[in-house]
Amino acid sequence: MQSVIELSLPLTKESMKDLRAGDMVKLSGDMLVFRDAGHKRLYQSIIDGHQAFDYKGETIYFMGPCPARANEALGSAGPTTSCRMDKYTPFMLDGGLAAQIGKGKRSSECIDAFKRNGAVYFAAIGGAGAVYSKCIEKAQVLCFEDLGTEAVRRITVKDFPVVVAVDSLGNCIYKD
Amino acid sequence: MITVSTEYIAQKIKEAIDRISCEVEPSCRAALKKAWEEESNPTAKFALGVMNDNIDLAAAENRPVCQDTGMVVVFVRVGKDVILTGRLLQDAIDCAVKDAYVALRKSVLDPVTRINTGTNAPAIVHTSYVEGENVEIEVMLKGFGSENMSQIRLLNPAQGLEEAKRLIVDSVKIAASNPCPPVILGVGLGGTLEKAALMSKHALFRQIGSNNPDPQLDALEKELLGKINELGIGAQGFGGNVSALGVFIESYPTHISSLPVAINVLCHCSRAVKIVIDGRKEGTVCNL
Repeated sequence: MQSVIELSLPLTKESMKDLRAGDMVKLSGDMLVFRDAGHKRLYQSIIDGHQAFDYKGETIYFMGPCPARANEALGSAGPTTSCRMDKYTPFMLDGGLAAQIGKGKRSSECIDAFKRNGAVYFAAIGGAGAVYSKCIEKAQVLCFEDLGTEAVRRITVKDFPVVVAVDSLGNCIYKD
Repeated sequence: MITVSTEYIAQKIKEAIDRISCEVEPSCRAALKKAWEEESNPTAKFALGVMNDNIDLAAAENRPVCQDTGMVVVFVRVGKDVILTGRLLQDAIDCAVKDAYVALRKSVLDPVTRINTGTNAPAIVHTSYVEGENVEIEVMLKGFGSENMSQIRLLNPAQGLEEAKRLIVDSVKIAASNPCPPVILGVGLGGTLEKAALMSKHALFRQIGSNNPDPQLDALEKELLGKINELGIGAQGFGGNVSALGVFIESYPTHISSLPVAINVLCHCSRAVKIVIDGRKEGTVCNL
């Protein structure tokens, strides 16, 4: 069994440069959470010339949670399919986004962008909503609250299990 | 004559949603434990370990197993000697969905405006009439990471069953990591466009490891499962020897011009249950 690498957020090019596709990692620290509708609205805000929020140096987790129950920061919180966010990804990586977390394959344009920017794409374990909920210590809505589960959130996680799916050299865990 | 109120049916569905959002279907749960034991790829084994821990944790602490608590799909088979009373069945079920989803993710929206209904209603309800005095209800919470990977094709008869098999195996290959494999496949073979789709959904209620009562379809299911597991997709698409937990086929006669094939993809955590309301015990028996 391979060992699990522990990493703190925010991630830097330096902290990501030795990660390789297939490495198992536990992340701790702050990340942003949003998915389809959040990306669409952020992108539109940039086109309109008043960017809704900054994502430089951030790690984005593609996820839309269940409502929190008693003693939870957020309800079940597993990843959603990343390829739906491919359209926005090269632009955001070129703009300083550090890393993304989701599930599933990415386009070749995205893989090139991860490589070009020394960035990493992590796969969280799809369906593991309860496990990820337990890893979330804090959560707050940052903007687009009207989007409900698709609002933009900032969360603080501890020992959040992921696998390196695309590393900073452009190696990919998924076969063609 | 026997009457069963739609409110009673709705109450049973609400209880079912409360439970299956947190508890994976038992045969599926057992199949995933077995997959972990048999997996030789270390990354896939790591993923299966997290998946099994998640299923155990969700059941033990009554947390939704996946944040995508899905759209609610309900098949209702009404015994022909039963009369349903009360409000319309669709309205009663939607009310149950609204109640149950206060604590769950509301994922349902208008396809044009993309504005969320805010309640996870409406449910998808399929009703049919059967012999007897019972009301049989099958409830599934269907996530869309997997639903989006589903396919339907109307093949040329000249392409035949071989093309249908290729299509089914390829659908898992194309879906790859997206539907949270190991997947479960429901296949509808024959009928019309919508009949094939409906059968492919209904086939997903089969228990993992169960045999198809039709020997030809049973052999086909086993052949396809073998071929899919040779693809090497593995849990979460990380590579490995378990890419699917089951392939379940329903068939129906079709037209001389076509071979409809619908493939409905389900993720590794099946959230489905069958409830039988015994009309004689739970309904009201009366003279009409």
